[in-house]
Amino acid sequence: MAQKIDIDQVRKVANLSRLDLSSEQLTEFAGQLSSILEYVEKMNELDTDGVEPLAHCLEVSNCFREDIAKESLGTDKTLSNAPEQDGQFFIVPKILDESNAS
Amino acid sequence: MSDELLSLSCRKLTELIRRGEVSSRKAVEAVFSSIEKTEPVVGAYLSTFIDESLERADEIDSKIAAGKKVGKLAGLPIAVKDNMCTTFGATTCGSKILENFHAPYNAAVIERLLAEDAVIVGKLNMDEFAMGSSTENSGLKKTVNPWDVNRVPGGSSGGSAAAVASGMCMAALGSDTGGSIRQPASFCGVVGLKPTYGRVSRYGLVAYGSSLDQIGPLTRDVADAGLMMNVIAGHDDNDSTSVNEKIAPVPDYLENIEKGIEGLTIGVAPQFHAGADVEVLSAIEDAIEVYKGLGAKVVEIDMPHIDYSVAAYYVIATAEASSNLARFDGVHYGHRTAKPEDYIEVYSKSRAEAFGTEVKRRIMLGTYALSSGYYDAYYLKALKVRSLIRSDFTGAFEKCDCIMTPVSPTTAFKIGENIDDPLKMYLSDIYTIGVNLAGIPGISIPCGFDGNDLPVGLQILTPAFTESKLLRIARMFESCTEFHKRRPQKV
Repeated sequence: MAQKIDIDQVRKVANLSRLDLSSEQLTEFAGQLSSILEYVEKMNELDTDGVEPLAHCLEVSNCFREDIAKESLGTDKTLSNAPEQDGQFFIVPKILDESNAS
Repeated sequence: MSDELLSLSCRKLTELIRRGEVSSRKAVEAVFSSIEKTEPVVGAYLSTFIDESLERADEIDSKIAAGKKVGKLAGLPIAVKDNMCTTFGATTCGSKILENFHAPYNAAVIERLLAEDAVIVGKLNMDEFAMGSSTENSGLKKTVNPWDVNRVPGGSSGGSAAAVASGMCMAALGSDTGGSIRQPASFCGVVGLKPTYGRVSRYGLVAYGSSLDQIGPLTRDVADAGLMMNVIAGHDDNDSTSVNEKIAPVPDYLENIEKGIEGLTIGVAPQFHAGADVEVLSAIEDAIEVYKGLGAKVVEIDMPHIDYSVAAYYVIATAEASSNLARFDGVHYGHRTAKPEDYIEVYSKSRAEAFGTEVKRRIMLGTYALSSGYYDAYYLKALKVRSLIRSDFTGAFEKCDCIMTPVSPTTAFKIGENIDDPLKMYLSDIYTIGVNLAGIPGISIPCGFDGNDLPVGLQILTPAFTESKLLRIARMFESCTEFHKRRPQKV
């Protein structure tokens, strides 16, 4: 039986998810996600025309407070768990290569 | 002596400490000697803080000796699930990606525990990012069930339930997104309460499914859960979804706890019993008989959409998770891959190396459900089904005070039994998940044992913000049964 989602789709989703998966894992997930999605489609048995979607079970409304300056974490604490930092900034590998530089 | 101290309730022990009859140091020492003996077998803790705990106990003892006022949890050794941020020790969420993460601030619930003079003795194992029903998905440690070391403690708050059941802390906090407090409580024979969504601040709780997550207590009896609620419930400016106390006032959860509910009406739904093991069902039926003996009336209710709760949940929770876990980028905190070729690899390799399989699976599922072309079919559909599930509960509570169900279709299953079939594992959450989708409170209390001497949990559900009544109903059963007094002897 054809799987609900094939290996190419799984690869695409892995890319969207920023997960560098091995080909074995892609194959495994294609099978597992397919069977989960097939199960999930059980929801289609229900007629939900005119039903309001419920994103949140409370009546949520904006919470405002007075605009008072409060203490924040500060640079040191904020950077303290970074894999690489220089005391002021998070350090990441270069984003632009030479050919993109103008 | 130490075992004797640990068999007391939290209320009794803190009262003795407050009166100076027992020192907090003694209580903390008793807990650590229990940890020394039991932890090598059970594996509930990811970290413990013996020196800091003894120091803190001494501070509390001196406050008491000096006649100063102390808090509601004065001197009590308490542990928390490792997805609550603490400025002491690491906050790992059971994940390799956060193995060395030291939170720069305390979660709101941690501040509340400390303000009431609790001693936080350690942090407890869990399924990675709270994704799982057995604690087998922890990336860092294996936890077993103290009633049978070949079985799982349940999950995701498996460390919390196992530690409370085996006397390695007086009480614990867990978090519940689809049953993660109630199911391990049931598997380990302790009390586990998931409060109403919005009752307890989620500030500093590492997010999994933000519209479903809620922190709650795991304790050895119902009144101790009330005591913990008296500390953790209430509004917090740092969590915009924590409810305004003018709209939903916070009562004293202990005040009327011994007062049963006169003329209690219990709702029982066939959909909530389908698929459960015979022994589990018979324990639940016996428990309902106990309530009948206390004058309760039973009515049958219809919950036509409960069958769809697992389907809706695994779309909504994974969609929220895929978004929440995007923050683990190898840049701000957490694991970073050693030699990224480019900035994309900083993300994709760091995440692939450090997330476990279940976390990857749920991120993938959620990303798919939210992706262009599938959003309406999966995510939007699931939100509409969620609406129908909530209506089921609203309708049911017009006919009854509470709903009673099993917590899980089975008692604790064997380690490895469900690990290769994610869908089968998901389906074991069938009775607990609807509660999170509807946002209402639910409790698991010990109500019997199966033929293997494994605990069975009774789930009781009441409308939003009625935890006080829920605890009273639970206490009615507890006050005339002995199940909660049994402790595992095997470890």
